[in-house]
Amino acid sequence: MINFNTMGELIALAEEKELPIHEIVIAREMHDSQRSREAILTGMQQNWEIMQASIERGIVNTEHSVSGLTGGDSKRLYAYRAKGYMGKQTLAAAAYAVGISEVNAVMGRIVACPTAGSCGIVPAALYAAREERGLADEAIVRALFTAAGIGMVVDQNASIAGAEGGCQAECGTAAGMAAGALVELAGGTPAMVGNACALSIKNLLGLVCDPVAGLVEVPCVKRNGFAVVEAMLAADMTLAGVQSFIPVDEVIEAMNRIGKALPKSLRETSEGGLAVTATAKAVEKRIYPQG
Amino acid sequence: MHGVFDIVGPVMIGPSSSHTAGAVRLGLMARKILGEPAVRAEINLHGSFARTYRGHGTDKALIAGILGFAPDDERIRDALSLADKQGLAYNFQPVNLEEAHPNTAVIYLVGITGRVARVRGASVGGGNIMITNIDGYAVELTGQYPALITIHRDRPGVITQVTQILSRYEVNIAFMRVSRQNRGETAMMIMELDDQPAEEVVDECREVYEVENAFAIPAI
Repeated sequence: MINFNTMGELIALAEEKELPIHEIVIAREMHDSQRSREAILTGMQQNWEIMQASIERGIVNTEHSVSGLTGGDSKRLYAYRAKGYMGKQTLAAAAYAVGISEVNAVMGRIVACPTAGSCGIVPAALYAAREERGLADEAIVRALFTAAGIGMVVDQNASIAGAEGGCQAECGTAAGMAAGALVELAGGTPAMVGNACALSIKNLLGLVCDPVAGLVEVPCVKRNGFAVVEAMLAADMTLAGVQSFIPVDEVIEAMNRIGKALPKSLRETSEGGLAVTATAKAVEKRIYPQG
Repeated sequence: MHGVFDIVGPVMIGPSSSHTAGAVRLGLMARKILGEPAVRAEINLHGSFARTYRGHGTDKALIAGILGFAPDDERIRDALSLADKQGLAYNFQPVNLEEAHPNTAVIYLVGITGRVARVRGASVGGGNIMITNIDGYAVELTGQYPALITIHRDRPGVITQVTQILSRYEVNIAFMRVSRQNRGETAMMIMELDDQPAEEVVDECREVYEVENAFAIPAI
């Protein structure tokens, strides 16, 4: 049977069998779930359709969340996308990521990727890539398996939960997944997928989880927009030939150690960081008047 | 290692896998354990659930589950008004359960025929749940597997008789737990199974002399 526990093993398997990473991930899933290739591909296609629907809803969304903390920024950013310092497509990607997160905040339907708090990053990167390069949906669905393989390795060797590893575990992992998937879509080798993942995660190491009033809104929604841009840069650096000095599995090990070293107050307890600022406390008082 | 669809997935209604998606599943389990539509729900919330339930829509999510909605049902956000329309009265009360998991709910349900169920459970992360108490019996139930529950007199041989029935129908037990309130009185056995048991399996378990009641709960 095909199995992998590290990015090194996943990349070695792909190289040995001369297959892209997504094929290794699909083969493992077929064995593990005892489902057919067709059923697994169909399942991912359905996820991709829900992701697209959440983007299309996000960029026109004007509704605010129950708390009133978020809503409408994706639409603003999307309208502005042709006028920015960054290219139109990069700004569109940021708008998509913020949009999905806003849909999440107003109790809309999303695909956790790897979590609800980081659900905008991977779909936004892929949606923008499809637009920019005219890619087929089949290619995007395959790239989602590459993203999943990366997430599975991080989950196995570090964490994908903010309560355990801080936001690096959620948005950091998602950015690593997105960067790797983008590289594969552009024809990069398995080793380059790993490199993009390393570059991307490295840049978000140490990111804390300190949500205002305990809600998946501030800073989470806008951070999804920042993280997708970061993932695109990691993919482009890799495709340009830039090497990560630290190999990807060592980056993931570092992420695990950093997560364990983070104080509890910065791991989704809302007892530190942004969550205890004067503004956050005032918001908390307004939302939960009974204390 | 988790599978592909644990990482790219699940499909869910936001904003939080633990405070929203997991809460729907807690409500759904309580509804399945009650075994009939509910007309009244008294819900106690502990810890983070008590503090943030409005902002995360945990109240809507729990009620949606009790109404039988799945975690990806877009009606979840309207669950409170749908409950009013469907004749489900509900009440939320923050409580302090001391050392319980921070995302714990205690759900007391009254059904249309007057049946009652008291279910305690926690949303333990990523939309996963753990039911820890049913009607005063300590249990451990995740909803990932179909389960068979028996309420029976605490006597030697009951467990053998029930497991023999499962064996005859070739239903494999994945996890099993027996608990009782007092020696020789009523006991509860929970078996998590690899396959959903057929109706006749449950019926045969009910026919075991010491078994007061047996019921199956599908995986959710």
